[in-house]
Amino acid sequence: MIAITEQPLDLQALITEVRTDACGAVAAFLGVVRRTSSDERPVDGLTYEAYPAMAVPEMERIVADAHERFGECTVAVVHRVGALALGEASVAIAVGSGHRAQAFDVCEFVIDELKARVPIWKKEHYTNGDAKWQENARA
Amino acid sequence: MTIRVLAFARLRELLGRGELCIDLAPGAAVAQAWSALCAMQPAIAPLAESTRFGRNGHLVSAAERLADGDELALLPPVGGG
Repeated sequence: MIAITEQPLDLQALITEVRTDACGAVAAFLGVVRRTSSDERPVDGLTYEAYPAMAVPEMERIVADAHERFGECTVAVVHRVGALALGEASVAIAVGSGHRAQAFDVCEFVIDELKARVPIWKKEHYTNGDAKWQENARA
Repeated sequence: MTIRVLAFARLRELLGRGELCIDLAPGAAVAQAWSALCAMQPAIAPLAESTRFGRNGHLVSAAERLADGDELALLPPVGGG
């Protein structure tokens, strides 16, 4: 599954989807809402917004790039949009593969590329009532 | 010709809405669409350098020519993950 959703993320469903009998490893990743921003401001929630018509195809290209670069594996990636509270998951990735090194590599590649390429935006809401659209650091 | 503009995140907030239609001369490029939007809302002008454009779902340059009925997405720097 490659998707954008307003619903809470279910990592176990992604793990179940990517695990096949050819797998010796499943690597899973959750991005979660942290209580401080990258510039150390106290955060009490995030709002994510996406352009699904471009975001989902870009996520599909990232998975295709991962296959080309790292070989055969199964990948599921879902990003949530809307208002998220502290601790809630914003992105879930699961990778099923023959061996663990490839599973870890693909999982890291997919989250790094997603943060760099996919048209999704994050607004940080601070405990003092301020808010700011926060862009990802450039690689 | 009429172009349907989609704006996201900070650009959506500055324009006051996520979707609007603008009329441009036939053959106009993305850059002319951006100029028309800046004339409507000068506050977006400083974001020109960081904004990328999607035409009908594909990333394009500011020199890309538009056609009647196109959808033009204004994409601020991304922040997903």
